[in-house]
Amino acid sequence: MIRSLLIANRGEIACRVIRTARRMGIRTVAIYSDADRDALHVRQADEAVHIGPSPAAESYLVSDRIIAAAKATGAEAIHPGYGFLSENAGFAQAVIDAGLVWVGPRPESISAMGLKDAAKALMQAAGVPVTPGYLGEDQSPERLAAEAEAIGYPVLIKAVAGGGGKGMRQVDAPDMFAEALASCRREAQASFGDDRVLIERLIANPRHIEVQVCGDTRGNVVHLFERDCSLQRRHQKVIEEAPAPGMDEPTRRAICAAAVRAAQAVDYVGAGTVEFIADASEGLRADRIWFMEMNTRLQVEHPVTEEITGVDLVEWQLRVASGEPLPLAQDQLQIDGHAIEARLYAEDPANGFLPSTGTFEVLRLPRRERIETGVEQGSEVTPFYDPMIAKLVVHRETRAAAIEAVAAACGSVAAWPVRQNAWFLARLMRLPEFASGAMTTGTIAARIDRLTARPEPSDEVLGVAAIEAFATHAEPDEWERLKGLMGFRLNAPRSAQAWLSLDGETRPVQIDLTLDGPARHDVTAAWAMAEPVYFEQGAAFAIRPARTDGSDEGGPSNGAILAPMPGTVIALDVAQGDSVAKGQRLMVLEAMKMEHALVAPYDGVVSALNAVAGTQVQVDALLASIGKAED
Amino acid sequence: MSGPVLTSALDLQSPEAKARAAHNRALAEDLRAKVAEAALGGSEKSRARHVERGKLLPRERVERLLDPGSPFLEIGQLAANGLYDGEVPGAGLIAGVGRVSGRQCMILANDATVKGGTYFPLTVKKHLRTQEIAQANRLPCLYLVDSGGANLPHQAEVFPDRDHFGRIFFNQATMSALGIPQIACVMGSCTAGGAYVPAMSDETVIVRGQGTIFLAGPPLVKAATGEEIDAEDLGGGDLHARKSGVVDHLAEDDEHALTILRDIVSHLGSKPAAAGIAPRAPKFPAEDLYAIIPEDVRAPYDVHEVIARLVDGSEFHEFKALYGSTLTCGFAHIWGMETAILANNGVLFSESAQKGAHFIELACQRRIPLLFLQNIAGFMVGGKYEAEGIAKHGAKLVTAVATAQVPKLTVIIGGSFGAGNYGMCGRAYDPRFLFTWPNARIGVMGGEQAASVLATVHRDAGSWSKDEEDAFKAPIRAKYETEGSPYYATARLWDDGVIDPVQTRDVLGLALAACLEAPIPEHPRFGVFRM
Repeated sequence: MIRSLLIANRGEIACRVIRTARRMGIRTVAIYSDADRDALHVRQADEAVHIGPSPAAESYLVSDRIIAAAKATGAEAIHPGYGFLSENAGFAQAVIDAGLVWVGPRPESISAMGLKDAAKALMQAAGVPVTPGYLGEDQSPERLAAEAEAIGYPVLIKAVAGGGGKGMRQVDAPDMFAEALASCRREAQASFGDDRVLIERLIANPRHIEVQVCGDTRGNVVHLFERDCSLQRRHQKVIEEAPAPGMDEPTRRAICAAAVRAAQAVDYVGAGTVEFIADASEGLRADRIWFMEMNTRLQVEHPVTEEITGVDLVEWQLRVASGEPLPLAQDQLQIDGHAIEARLYAEDPANGFLPSTGTFEVLRLPRRERIETGVEQGSEVTPFYDPMIAKLVVHRETRAAAIEAVAAACGSVAAWPVRQNAWFLARLMRLPEFASGAMTTGTIAARIDRLTARPEPSDEVLGVAAIEAFATHAEPDEWERLKGLMGFRLNAPRSAQAWLSLDGETRPVQIDLTLDGPARHDVTAAWAMAEPVYFEQGAAFAIRPARTDGSDEGGPSNGAILAPMPGTVIALDVAQGDSVAKGQRLMVLEAMKMEHALVAPYDGVVSALNAVAGTQVQVDALLASIGKAED
Repeated sequence: MSGPVLTSALDLQSPEAKARAAHNRALAEDLRAKVAEAALGGSEKSRARHVERGKLLPRERVERLLDPGSPFLEIGQLAANGLYDGEVPGAGLIAGVGRVSGRQCMILANDATVKGGTYFPLTVKKHLRTQEIAQANRLPCLYLVDSGGANLPHQAEVFPDRDHFGRIFFNQATMSALGIPQIACVMGSCTAGGAYVPAMSDETVIVRGQGTIFLAGPPLVKAATGEEIDAEDLGGGDLHARKSGVVDHLAEDDEHALTILRDIVSHLGSKPAAAGIAPRAPKFPAEDLYAIIPEDVRAPYDVHEVIARLVDGSEFHEFKALYGSTLTCGFAHIWGMETAILANNGVLFSESAQKGAHFIELACQRRIPLLFLQNIAGFMVGGKYEAEGIAKHGAKLVTAVATAQVPKLTVIIGGSFGAGNYGMCGRAYDPRFLFTWPNARIGVMGGEQAASVLATVHRDAGSWSKDEEDAFKAPIRAKYETEGSPYYATARLWDDGVIDPVQTRDVLGLALAACLEAPIPEHPRFGVFRM
């Protein structure tokens, strides 16, 4: 058994690997970039090595430095995690060449599965069903268009070297083919340095089914059943679960057997995943499930498989890499209950899933569930890496109970000021088609508006915010005495209306007078940067008493640029009719041996210009007028 | 615990209680309807025009100025009610005590939807009364100005006298000298005398393109000098914020101005520490009061039933319960604030008057605010009582009431007749706040007594038949009936408002909190008590 391990990764997966390694008594070495100097994985490892600047291309993707770090620290093995260099056959080979143990499949297996066309051909030969499509050498547009015709529209054009949704185009009709092909190739060239494409049939009700496999160096391969990762957004998995809903035993046997054959076809060692696409128009049927690709690494969503099988896949990887046989045989593996994983990302679903960066002033993750994370309160989300915050993994006896648990777990996430998608994840759990197991990879897109509508704080949250706003103006003792008089109006019902500001929008809020002060237990609040933030259903709301500071447009200034004192105009920066931005220098006045810059009071247009460079002006002389910008 | 818990003999199911409840609920509903109507301000058309100009309605200005959830104790809600052809609801001025940036303030907002916010005689009176409250309780004054100045047709009742328009600025200067902040926010016209409201203020905001300040508007300027100038150039925000220095802050619109105003209040320096202990609700619900108050103001009832529904935990440490029992005296807390209560429980006798004077001395020694629950037909009359010197004993009470330097609050909960009004801190005795229940009657005496007295002293009285006597008495009774109505009184600002009995405890809590903003003098000084 290896005694020391370098984890060539960061974030939650580095922490995940360290956890198992530590349990197995293996010394761990972390690597980190500038941005990750204080990261959790660095603190959790026994040792950590700085390997370069923040951009991944200068740190986590630099093979030589990583191998040197392993050598320098005496690590015997390297675990690549997922992403970064995990599926880089060259790196795997370099690790092996350096005399280190590579925790992963043989470089040849990685290569064999790396190119999709070759992989598909290999699978076809191994008797694994593949989607109807074209993966030929002839890449002429004419040939590709003809093949598309033959497969039948709609079709998908995919980069041969692609993955992760990049270099993929859906084409619904022949007249759109040429343009889509060109665009797909440009992207493929830019992303992968390889513009070859393949064409596949587009499947009407596609579900993403994948099978976890694991092989050892003695030629044993087992599967650990399937996962369903159909809830995707732009081909990125959002929710993963195991087992797949609606999967009957014969179908399961069929695809799991196909997955094992696929792994065997490339002499697979270690943990890997065989991904299939299913046409679920008539439920999951073995003859409607086709091979897509094989991921030759541990996947993000491996925890759901671990939950239902009780297997620690990282432990298996380490044992297999150490030359041990697989700990369990196929007939010793069985499914227990149902597991779901939700990916918590630092992004704002209401704003086009824009990644969000910054330091977590507040980060509270559910305590009852399995949480895989590489951050904690006080950590920073940088723009350099994948913005994943955590994976929330639940395991329950039934799928329905698991869905409820995920919804509850997501609902309890509290994070600020980094935006995150917990409320979006919670909404996914409430989708009827998800509950019934009828989701497809297109479900999120079809429901995107409803799913991403910016969450609204409940009246209760607004009410508490309003009370908080009231309380912030009162001494605590005074507050205690006065809260009973809140909203008092003489000879009228109580009316506690508060003007509150949320996301820059002012709204009147009627305070629910039955509330009993800021300590309401069912509304979670935290103080961040001396301001209260409220958490509800996974969303965070910074609600403040509204204030209007003027819009600066035609605001307190009437646009007249007057000479503040007698002097000489020594520089003129604008001409009549020029557009100017707020704060932009218009001219310089020299007076009292000082230069005074006169600036635009707001965005607008120079509607009049009386000043002439070099001339003397009197105090209050109208030098220029700034008109409001035309909309 | 601050005293034994009062008990109640009220039986809500008794026919008497049910009848009283129905009667008093109707009175309260009538009151709320009157207030709701007055609160609308000017006509719908005039309000619509106001809003079209980008201005917030005056009540919304007040609401937005207040802290979220702040209580607002309005003063003179029904001022001018039924006067000036009913066209000046609330006398065109919204006034009251509310919290702004955590500080209790007196807010005065002109309602430009009512006759252009001009000052009718009762507008002036309300403005001055409000300033009086602010001065007595050291409340910063926030003036939301939007007024055309004095109402010209009423100039003789508005301009010349001591308590007329000029007194507004006298009060501003006086309060400023006392360190009571005077802040003006010019949100509309501020013409002629009105120009002095911002000019006399400590700090001033103006809304650009909306607020104007000038001693004479464009028409008067043209008439006087021939100069043609528009309102904005004559006295707009830019002029005053950039050139004249009449205002200190220039705002873009109402909301911006109110934000600046709130900021100003947040920088008024340290505020007095809040006093009081944790409040506890009374043991009996306030709604019971409806079933307790008799339909006829002359019907006797035990005032302890009222006190039990006003004070914290219904706990009442009664003083001299066994002596002079027609005046109930005792200490209690209201919303956590200590209060010395004097409540009529029958006609005032010599003993009750002496007891009251004694009790007021105690309250002043201990610097505890006084609360008068006034329901008084007067002092006892008759040979025996005159002989025992009820006049001098009554005078002791009146002296004590007049010269007590602790805050005084009065609620007229029933009759307010004759010298009883004086002994129980009527308007003339400067209570910091005076409120009236809708069942109350106010007058030098009851209508029936007045008619009888006048009939008795009439020279023809001896020859009248029963019908003739009734014919003589009827108009007198009617006049007293009208003038004795609390609405007649409140329209003329003889009080600070008619209040729904169930809100009494809250009103008193807010009034006490306002009173405690001003320090209570340490050494009581009374006038000579006639012994």
